[in-house]
Amino acid sequence: MDAIEVEGLKRRYAGPVRAGRRAGAAEGGFEAVRDISFSVREGEIFALLGTNGAGKTSTVEVLEGLARPSAGTVRVLGLDPFGERALVRPRTGVMLQEGGFPSELTVAETAAMWAGVTSDARPPGEALELVGLGGRTGVRVKQLSGGERRRLDLALALIGRPEVLFLDEPTTGMDPEGRRDTADLVRGLRAEGTTVLLTTHYLEEAEQLADRLAIMQAGRIVASGTPDQVVAQRPSRITFRLPAGVAPERLPLSVPAAADGRSVTVKTHELQPALTDLLLWARENGVALEGLQARSASLEEAFLEIAQAGNRPGHGDERAVMEVPA
Amino acid sequence: MSGTTTTARAAQRGSRPRISSLSARRVRALARAELTLLIRNRPALFVALLLPTVLTFSLKTTAEQADLSGTGLSVGTAVLPGAVGMVLLFAVYSNLVGVYVGRREELVLKRLRTGEAADGEILGAAALPSVTIGLLQSALLLAGGALLLDAGAPARPDLLLAGLVLGVVLMAVLAAASSAFTRTTELAQLTPMPLMLATFAGSGVFVPLEIYPDRIAEICRWLPMTPITDLLRGAWTEQLGGGETLRSLAVALAWTALGAYAVAKRFRWEPRR
Repeated sequence: MDAIEVEGLKRRYAGPVRAGRRAGAAEGGFEAVRDISFSVREGEIFALLGTNGAGKTSTVEVLEGLARPSAGTVRVLGLDPFGERALVRPRTGVMLQEGGFPSELTVAETAAMWAGVTSDARPPGEALELVGLGGRTGVRVKQLSGGERRRLDLALALIGRPEVLFLDEPTTGMDPEGRRDTADLVRGLRAEGTTVLLTTHYLEEAEQLADRLAIMQAGRIVASGTPDQVVAQRPSRITFRLPAGVAPERLPLSVPAAADGRSVTVKTHELQPALTDLLLWARENGVALEGLQARSASLEEAFLEIAQAGNRPGHGDERAVMEVPA
Repeated sequence: MSGTTTTARAAQRGSRPRISSLSARRVRALARAELTLLIRNRPALFVALLLPTVLTFSLKTTAEQADLSGTGLSVGTAVLPGAVGMVLLFAVYSNLVGVYVGRREELVLKRLRTGEAADGEILGAAALPSVTIGLLQSALLLAGGALLLDAGAPARPDLLLAGLVLGVVLMAVLAAASSAFTRTTELAQLTPMPLMLATFAGSGVFVPLEIYPDRIAEICRWLPMTPITDLLRGAWTEQLGGGETLRSLAVALAWTALGAYAVAKRFRWEPRR
């Protein structure tokens, strides 16, 4: 059994206006999640990526049991997180995308409150030490920095030693040190067998942390797999500048290139042969390739390409046009 | 990183029971945090603790000037139910509308629902400090009033108890219901006004219903807070007959049920976005 199972999940928000509800008219509201399926194995770190409004938080909230799916089923530890709340909650930890603590309570008071509503809780002090807030216990929540608030939220998500941990943008607002600490902490939890589902804007974070990931776009999953698999679907890239007087048209035909003035970008799934052809052609023709770079796709490139494709109307067809040499 | 070992965790997991639907430990933890917040919220504390007492003195002045002849009321029995009504409105109702809206807008309610506390525990624990303050303050005002206004001890303490208990429950439930119709913390100052004004005028807080014409008094008997002040007043005057007592209980319970229904249907656990 997988720790998290999502099958055909849809989530629709009710629209405020009901005037348009004539016979035959589509239901009002906004469909934030449009039929997605994925599963997270026990002890795995799974990252959900996507631009703002892609449907990540809407998905995670259903998994956290805060909302009922409009269609489809979700299972967390084999249970319905909405209907079987009393069974699921003691085994999950949740960090919402933002806020959630009274601003006038101190860090210690907040942790004590949360420990009080959690069975088998760690001592509050221990949880705060885990995230490096041990020295800030007397500070009111409103005086914490954005990053410190995220640390506090993380500490409380961990206080019940959860089997499944939901982290919605855990490192947003954290400084690089905080992000590194959090990544280490999450890895440590995985080593203990905790299943982690996280959303993030930091792609290198997902690339380094996640065992598997899914990229969401407009409510659908458009790419998924291990970071390597997702990246492998994207072309590698060779960039260089041609010397004046060498027209891009003279490049070997086996290397499909897009040129912008003298700058040339080659996108290819066959990096090594393409690079070999290019370099042999350059030697035979005595051409110096300035600023030559060749690199495999990164998750960031993959992500941006998917996001841009989604933003373009009728995407897919227009890309060829854009890559025609100038 | 975490000090626990994998085996220890596995052992804990195996023995982890289903959580119960009501836990004194959870309610205590939440109520304690809420009490801390109330103590740190000076304006709310002023409204809850001082305003009802101050207003009770103005009630006394009004009652002393009113013509109570033929109503069977003394200054004491005219003022004391109104004083309790004031406590219920300010310390419990109005205060709790602010609490529920404030916690919702800070996403505290949403966050709490990701944890083990049940919905009823979250709402009940948030009300507990205000309800306790309301009860204690009522007891103090009644005791003080009984001595200073020569009202003496209530002849029917059972009616007094029923009025107080029903009163705090009704106020807490109506506060939760009102919060559903309150979009922002600023509006939480405003949405309690209709019920408060209706109660001042029509539920025997500022003026006993006995001095109204019968028909108006009859309409006022169906307001949410009228049965509460009637029960409290009856505890001293013994003028509340068996039928009237039953009607008061029924009206109060009906409003409580209506409020609870509104909470079940309309209560919002997170801000509108």
